[in-house]
Amino acid sequence: MSDTIILEVARFNPEDGGEPSYQSYEVPLRPDWMVLDGLNHIKDQLDGSLAFRWSCRMGICGSCGMMVNGRPTLTCETLLMNYAPGPVRVAPLDHFPVVKDLVVDLDDFLAKLQKVRPWVVRKDDFKPAREFIQSPAQLEAFHQFSLCINCTLCYAACPVSGLDPNFIGPAAIALAHRYNLDSRDQGIEDRLDILSQHEGIWDCTVVGECSVVCPKHVDPSLAIQQFKLTATKEWFKSFLLPRGKH
Amino acid sequence: MPQYTQFQPKEYRPKMSAYWYLDHWHYLRYALREASSFFVAYFCVLTLVQLAALGTNATRYAHFQAFMASPVMIIVNVIALAFFLLHAITWFNLVPRVVMRQMLARPTPDIVSSAPNYFVWFGATIILALFIMGVL
Amino acid sequence: MSAGKRSNEPIVWFLFGTGGFFAAFFLPVHVLFYGLLFPTGLVHAPSYQETLALVRHPLARIYLFALLTFCFFHAAHRMRLTLSDVLNLRHLNTVLAFLCYGGALVGTAFTVWLLMTV
Repeated sequence: MSDTIILEVARFNPEDGGEPSYQSYEVPLRPDWMVLDGLNHIKDQLDGSLAFRWSCRMGICGSCGMMVNGRPTLTCETLLMNYAPGPVRVAPLDHFPVVKDLVVDLDDFLAKLQKVRPWVVRKDDFKPAREFIQSPAQLEAFHQFSLCINCTLCYAACPVSGLDPNFIGPAAIALAHRYNLDSRDQGIEDRLDILSQHEGIWDCTVVGECSVVCPKHVDPSLAIQQFKLTATKEWFKSFLLPRGKH
Repeated sequence: MPQYTQFQPKEYRPKMSAYWYLDHWHYLRYALREASSFFVAYFCVLTLVQLAALGTNATRYAHFQAFMASPVMIIVNVIALAFFLLHAITWFNLVPRVVMRQMLARPTPDIVSSAPNYFVWFGATIILALFIMGVL
Repeated sequence: MSAGKRSNEPIVWFLFGTGGFFAAFFLPVHVLFYGLLFPTGLVHAPSYQETLALVRHPLARIYLFALLTFCFFHAAHRMRLTLSDVLNLRHLNTVLAFLCYGGALVGTAFTVWLLMTV
């Protein structure tokens, strides 16, 4: 077996004003190397002009997501060996504007995330004297959806977020759902106002790929479908009892 | 000369391929699953035609039966059956999972949520088949 | 979209979901018999009189009404989304919605008429 592998890396320089292109680099193929180690080898030894994001190298910061052979992947936890003998194609995440090389612009995602109020919302004057007790069952209700690391692989996997840039998207909806299911939270009405719009949950057509690529098994697709059930229940309630609340 | 100022960077905005569903077999599977809807519509219309023939007279119904026996219709119906099975399996694996999770408010193994549907499906198929064949 | 209007999608989604169950549970056996086993002669088809008597039973009429109506709306909703997402016709969304749900309403009207006159 060869002890090197070819990485075909997407390059885009905003100052050139051109289209992105691929540049090939030969990097060592070591059994313990991740795709990210290959990229760092390029940056350190071969071509210092390559731009990409990374931080923790242990699948928790969520910043090294890229398209590896066309699939959204956390490069810090994917072995180069999996792609031997290569070549391996590394590109920036799909459906995001590209800033440079492998770096994508997350401003739009962060704005959407903020819109769904992913924090505990209280409507009352809540000043607990001690910690808020939650039972194991209450924790289990939302725990899975709280594991999101905002790596945005799900957006790159979701064709709807590519087709409709206004779609709030998998991770933001999963996090909104996480707080709706939290026994401390009272913000579900606020979030329903945002997410019951077309660009909220109703844009989703259950491709399901967000849940397949999620490195933390958050299952955003499940969260969105659950949210659709809730929104439908609310819709029928306000339809049958129009003067109830709205 | 850079073509942008510091606060107006020129980003590259990728265009989505018109054939995105061919990029990965998961997407193709999704597209096929959704395409089952055309066969559902087709078969509903076909059933209406059958009802119309039934309601007219025996000769009309015999014409309908002869039409259904043509090779083209057999092939179309084999394809329709394949799409209905794809729809049924994807549906039973997805929807009960969501409903179950909503009701129990905790994760359940997929097999627990989808298995009952296969039993109901099996039972309903047998009972309907007996009615359709005129046994019951 | 912070203070926008909540979508009325739940009504069509509810019909789509109910139709999805009907289509999954019942359509395979229908097409298997009426589309394959009877026409090919693998299973002996009931006579015209027997089939007519079966369809005229009140429970059969109710069943067929529910099956066809929900399946029409199931198909309409999914066809709309398939055309707009897979074939990328999002700009025609209003036209597609009109055609698909309109078609389902026409199908429902025919279903009611045929089941009452059969």
